Amino acid sequence: MSAGSAAPPLIEHGAVFQARKGEITQAPTRGQIFLDRAFRRTCFVFASLTIVVVTFIVLRIAFAAAPAMRHYGTGFLSGRVWDPNTERYGILAEIWGTLYTSILALILGTAFGLAAAIFLSEGYLGQAVFNLLKGSRLHLKPFWGNLPDQVEMLLKNLIELLAAIPSVVYGLWGLFVVIPLIRPVCNWLHLKLGWISLFSTDLSGPGVLPAVIVLSIMIMPTVTAISRDALVAVPPKLRMAAYGLGATRWEALLAVILPTAARGIFGGVILALGRALGETMALAMLVGNSNQIQLSLFSPANTLAALLANNFPEAGTREISVLMYAALVLLGITFVVNLLGVVIIQRASLAHAE
Amino acid sequence: MTLLRRSTLLLLSFALLLGLIACTGKADQAPEVKLQGAGASFPAPLYNRWFKEYASAHQNILVDYQSVGSGNGVKSVLDHTVDFGASDAAMKPEDMSKVQGGVQLFPMTAGSIVLAYNLKGVDSLKLSRKAYVGIFLGKVKRWNDSAVAAANPGVSLPDLPINIVVRADGSGTSFVFSKHLSAVSDEFNKGVGANTMPNWPVGTKSKGNEGVTASVMTTPGSIGYIEYGYAKTQNVPFAALENKSGKYVTASTASGQAALASVTLPEDLIAWASDPEAPEAYPIVTYTWLICYKKYSDKNKQQALRELIHYALTDGQKQAESLGYIPLPDTVVAKASAAVDNITAE
Amino acid sequence: MATLNIAASGKGTIQNPFADLDFPQLERSLRRPRTLVDFALNILVAGMTIAALVPLFSVVFLLAWRGGHKLSLAVFTELPPAPLEQGGGFGNAIVGTLVIVGLAVLISVPIGLLTAIYISQDKGGRVAQIVRFSAKILTGFPSILAGVFAYGAIVLATGGYSSIAGAVALSILMLPTIILTSEEAIRMVPARMREAAFGMGATQTQTIWMVLLPTALPGILTGVMLAVARAAGETAPLLFTALFSNYWLWSHGRAELMRPTASLAVLIYNFAGMPFPNQVELAWAAALVLVLLVLAANLIGQGLSRRQIQQP
Repeated sequence: MSAGSAAPPLIEHGAVFQARKGEITQAPTRGQIFLDRAFRRTCFVFASLTIVVVTFIVLRIAFAAAPAMRHYGTGFLSGRVWDPNTERYGILAEIWGTLYTSILALILGTAFGLAAAIFLSEGYLGQAVFNLLKGSRLHLKPFWGNLPDQVEMLLKNLIELLAAIPSVVYGLWGLFVVIPLIRPVCNWLHLKLGWISLFSTDLSGPGVLPAVIVLSIMIMPTVTAISRDALVAVPPKLRMAAYGLGATRWEALLAVILPTAARGIFGGVILALGRALGETMALAMLVGNSNQIQLSLFSPANTLAALLANNFPEAGTREISVLMYAALVLLGITFVVNLLGVVIIQRASLAHAE
Repeated sequence: MTLLRRSTLLLLSFALLLGLIACTGKADQAPEVKLQGAGASFPAPLYNRWFKEYASAHQNILVDYQSVGSGNGVKSVLDHTVDFGASDAAMKPEDMSKVQGGVQLFPMTAGSIVLAYNLKGVDSLKLSRKAYVGIFLGKVKRWNDSAVAAANPGVSLPDLPINIVVRADGSGTSFVFSKHLSAVSDEFNKGVGANTMPNWPVGTKSKGNEGVTASVMTTPGSIGYIEYGYAKTQNVPFAALENKSGKYVTASTASGQAALASVTLPEDLIAWASDPEAPEAYPIVTYTWLICYKKYSDKNKQQALRELIHYALTDGQKQAESLGYIPLPDTVVAKASAAVDNITAE
Repeated sequence: MATLNIAASGKGTIQNPFADLDFPQLERSLRRPRTLVDFALNILVAGMTIAALVPLFSVVFLLAWRGGHKLSLAVFTELPPAPLEQGGGFGNAIVGTLVIVGLAVLISVPIGLLTAIYISQDKGGRVAQIVRFSAKILTGFPSILAGVFAYGAIVLATGGYSSIAGAVALSILMLPTIILTSEEAIRMVPARMREAAFGMGATQTQTIWMVLLPTALPGILTGVMLAVARAAGETAPLLFTALFSNYWLWSHGRAELMRPTASLAVLIYNFAGMPFPNQVELAWAAALVLVLLVLAANLIGQGLSRRQIQQP
């Protein structure tokens, strides 16, 4: 706020402050205030629209599921048989399958995704390329000088490319490449270590493990892309401060950078979990579609989304209501999982603040 | 360049690209009529073949068909979102009554369901009724079981467990196969029954005909039920089955037509050959139907549809065999052609 | 004191303050545990990243091996072949995918971005919390349900399958990703930039448009690209909404958006399961084209958002 020198006229903006036209600091004009209010209202409208859309979707599904809910009640959730002929339906096996595959895939996908994000954000590859170029003294030339950045970008794009592969293709890849590849290993594990409940059956084709492997590959790019953005957004001065105190790269990462980026990383994990819970096509081909509840990694299982995918096309009008009930249960599971996530964040931020 | 300018340039080039791609395609003369169909996946290859040939012969009629499953096909017909539907399981009377003005079903083609197997060194396999019903009920568990061996003297069957492959998704193929099993076995009828998604007591599940074929081909000692076309084009060995007369018949055009001939089509053109009696008949054969409305508000569509069905029933039948389907017997063609007159314009 | 000569200009010499420091002392020996742990973790992370890339190469190799030889100009300009027919292409499916995904982006990006702007500014407010939670619930929505919902909402209402219904189904799947990533991206903009803008007298809207959004653009773009990549490859929603078509989108010189439209995802689904080798190979080729299309979109997006000045 300057007390004006000569030429520009003083503009009064009520009692707030004085400014001169053309100065850097200026209060907003009436038009700008109007636009501001209008835009904020528009944003509010769209945000409410989002809520309305989600509520509408949930209500529609609930409405379609109502007849089945009345007929089957909560026995639906504990039943294990799915028989359209005798009209006995139960989705306990599917609930188990959904949770089992999603949690395992989440662990695997987050581990690899976070590793890739750290690799990208720390710039190992760029460093290596730079050192190579320095060796042949090309690192200051115009074209070669850009190479480290471009290689980093290439790697980032390659990992995001994993997200571009259609889920049908993942299903086919799983059937033709993954299952034949892991079959000898799995059967050997079953032979030697079959007493461990995780290996208690043999792999006769689709099953939990192939599904988990492919699912974790599908959710990995989400975790990597979002975590990388979060890691890169950590202020450089935090990094420099840690190094200045004598930390090694990993000490800085684990103690300073990862905790700072934790919120963003967690957001990515939530999105990945959502994707894992709702993945339809690939799992319909790979999970084995069998109503079993077993801890064994090699046994076939079934998930709610795969159940929907397999049964919807041929479902008669009665069965559709039952399938909608199953869909509602899946939304309920997502709801509970996200609720848990919110609670975890709140607990963690409280602990952090102490 | 600013973001705005870059974005505008991008949008313009995008629009140009789309225009180029569209214009380098086949030049469409103004199409008069577009027909949209959806339904069963079993006849989809044949229908696609027919409709493409028909469209190239008649430049102003474009027909599209997408396989979404028999159930979805019926649903689309009920919702009036398509011009015609298709179903392997025909249409239930309660569904037919829901359509204002009524529907007319036409049997378009027929197909057999075969039991493909994977046994090294066994070139031809005969399965008696007792054997294949027992296998799918889970009672016959090994290949060298007496039920299987009895019909195959001189063939050395390995001591392998039978790996049964069934469908994971609901389908007309499962419906027809389970319907046949229910017709020949009381135990199956009471225990499992005929359904698009039967609750099989045994078996690993695979998605789609192609999934079952792939599973059978890659796992030794497997047996699974697939459509004849798949077995023929992929060269998968399949078993000769014992029919009602006690003879062992392999699936082929002749045995399929013999099965169809043993059933007379009633007025509504829906009939099932769940257990044909003729000695040369293959036991698992089914028609597949096209579902049309009886009344169309668009006269052009109605006209085009009638011509299309006539084409399918006459010239179209010549292509059925090469794709693995059974050409319709002449009596059926005559009855269906007569029924085309039931499609009227409002 | 050693001196460093700066040649040419002859402006004199600079004293090198580090000359008597022994640089090798600054390197750490691997025998120290902290360095060892650091080294091991570096190797682990590099190994895991390579392991993560192996499936990508495996899938792309599978696509290229099975469908690569089918790639030719015909693929872009011809219509899908009938069974037992040779040749053919899927030009209409490519156009269809571009149109449907393009429409989905037009629907979901404005809604998602404006919602994200609202909740990032409102942070703790009631409405913002509900919106965030609703978006999170929507992340677990199975793709087939999006199709069923759009069938009930659009297809039944308009009386037929259309690419617009397909776009609506896809935008339901894209919306949560765009909202949640954009919100995170905007929140990650350092507070001091926002405060500086306010200090200069900017309204909230001006701050958002001139400071926050440009800075958050890479993060927003990541979210949009992830959403687009997923939507382009989804089959189940399109089977209920846009169905498929064996003909071009254009007719009478106008684009027919209200008719069933071909798409690469449905083409792959249709052809991969057929017992005819020509179709199966085309399915693999289509998958390869789809992946390349998304890569192209990614690169174009990054090219658009590249800033002339590096972000400090």
